Amino acid sequence: MPLDLVVNVAVGGVLTGLVYGLMALGLSVIYGVVRIVNFAHGEMMTVAMYGAVLLYTRLGLDPLLMIVPVGMALFLAGYAIQSLLINPFINRPEHVQFMLVIGIAIIIANGLLIGFGPDARNAPVSYAMDSFSLGPLLLDKVRVYAAGGAFVVAALLFGFFRYARTGKAIRACADNYVGARVVGLDVKRLYALTFGIGTACVGAAGSMLALLVDVTPSLGPSYTLLAFVIVIVGGLGSMAGALFGGVLIGLSEALAGLFFAPSAKSMFSFAILILLLLFRPQGLFGRRA
Amino acid sequence: MNAPVRTARLRLPRPLLLLGLLGLALLVAPAFVGSYALSVLILILYSAYTGQAWNIMMGFAGQLSLGHALYVGVGAYAAAALFVHYGIGPWAGMWAAMLAAMLAGGLIGYLAFRFGISGVYFALLTIAFAEFTRIGFDHITWIGGSAGYFLPVKQRTSSDLLDLRGAPAMFYYVMLALAALAMAVCKALLSSRTGYYWLAIREDPEAAQALGINTFRYKMIAVVISAAMTSLAGVFFAFYYNNLFPEQVFNIGRSIEIILGPIFGGLGTLFGPIAGAIVLTLLGESLRSATSALGWEVPGLELLIYGACLLLVVMFLPNGIWPPVSRWLGIKSRHLKGGE
Repeated sequence: MPLDLVVNVAVGGVLTGLVYGLMALGLSVIYGVVRIVNFAHGEMMTVAMYGAVLLYTRLGLDPLLMIVPVGMALFLAGYAIQSLLINPFINRPEHVQFMLVIGIAIIIANGLLIGFGPDARNAPVSYAMDSFSLGPLLLDKVRVYAAGGAFVVAALLFGFFRYARTGKAIRACADNYVGARVVGLDVKRLYALTFGIGTACVGAAGSMLALLVDVTPSLGPSYTLLAFVIVIVGGLGSMAGALFGGVLIGLSEALAGLFFAPSAKSMFSFAILILLLLFRPQGLFGRRA
Repeated sequence: MNAPVRTARLRLPRPLLLLGLLGLALLVAPAFVGSYALSVLILILYSAYTGQAWNIMMGFAGQLSLGHALYVGVGAYAAAALFVHYGIGPWAGMWAAMLAAMLAGGLIGYLAFRFGISGVYFALLTIAFAEFTRIGFDHITWIGGSAGYFLPVKQRTSSDLLDLRGAPAMFYYVMLALAALAMAVCKALLSSRTGYYWLAIREDPEAAQALGINTFRYKMIAVVISAAMTSLAGVFFAFYYNNLFPEQVFNIGRSIEIILGPIFGGLGTLFGPIAGAIVLTLLGESLRSATSALGWEVPGLELLIYGACLLLVVMFLPNGIWPPVSRWLGIKSRHLKGGE
């Protein structure tokens, strides 16, 4: 197999992986703070992808620019879901929370099916087939833009949690629930904010992924699983880990598709997940509990 | 002196009486219902059976498995492959199916419990194994791969119990026997020493260990028994539906279907999985017929309503529907609490 083909595929995988990473970042933030395993993550991603595709096909708006409005819309949806539905369930056992989120996922997936039908849709932008050439490397334009967008959003998020007052307050909630309440933080509101931020990540990732993948209403579970794999590989609750895990899984998917069969690609992701759960359950970047 | 005389009457315990009535009704049901109702009854029994098997792990021992489709699929493919390739009937094949599922469950359990994986991480590990196997089976051409694996169907009228080929009524009685057996096994397990150890582990694993319970061993017992029982549902699935696709059999949606019944009905109870299976299956079926009767040919509508009902139950009946129903019937239940 020619080396430059392998390198091309690998770089493509890394770029896609950054978008996966942003999606997983949303899951990681939600779990790290709210301690809810968001089994509707993939479904929320599908909502964002439909948003981006429809804005493009109906209004001609470029999905790359739709990161902000779609992200905002998903933020509001996430804020509402957390404050109306999930907050009352914060102290419930895991299996009850699981049922709740599965219920939400079923409603979203079938709502999309009713609204848009089962057919695949995409956003055929004018530069879909263009590429940058860098020596022997050929990089798809859409992939480069999407990865760049993911990187910028992730960097903003890092900054928010590191420097902003609200970001620090959210981290305080994650570290010590009781302590945060003692010092007077409105934990429920911060949880809603966090869930909103998590879904906004998914919104941004989804509008970029709409450039790379056709969207159908049944896409949800596979993206939920993908996000889980990435987050576990990177370490639940670690933001850098989520991005790195995304890149790693993107790379392994791309190479597995090249060397074996495209249909077997996620098998390798799951193999990585199983190995990691066994030998380093806290993930590559996680701290041991 | 007219002291009140108490007449000595033979009194069956109420749960036994109700169970007997239910059993009797189920035994004679095929004589009275049509083929559609019979297929719905089979679905209910199937779902009650798998729910019962899953409940051993989560409801009794407190280990959340989200990958039980794996055991269904392994059992289904093992029995189907033996039948198609070597002509070995399901009654012999089911032992191979159970063995294969016990090995799979044992492997997952050994790895997870040895490395101290629990809670969400355990759930994700079980999903990962099921998905890994799904994609793997897509590529095994000996059993059809992703194109599907089919069992030969010669007739649907006379019943050949030995090879499990024939009329729906036969499948109904096989499934009824399986469900009744599962109920008896679960009842026996719950009142055994192992059952009490499981409940101790479920309520507080550390305290259980401190009391000298070998938690690793008892969790292993739970996963192996649960996997073996679930695989029999797979054998039934293969011979009832006659076609197997990895994409469908191992799908995570299947695993979720398995666990909805017992959670909906009431975790850790004997009747919960049955109650959940009845309500969920009837809900799903009646939604389907109601929407088509109203002429709303909207794909996804009944699942949407189903999801909404799920939310309502989780919000207002956190312990499932069995605890309130059992109070109403005057039966005690010991469920796993879902409230705060």
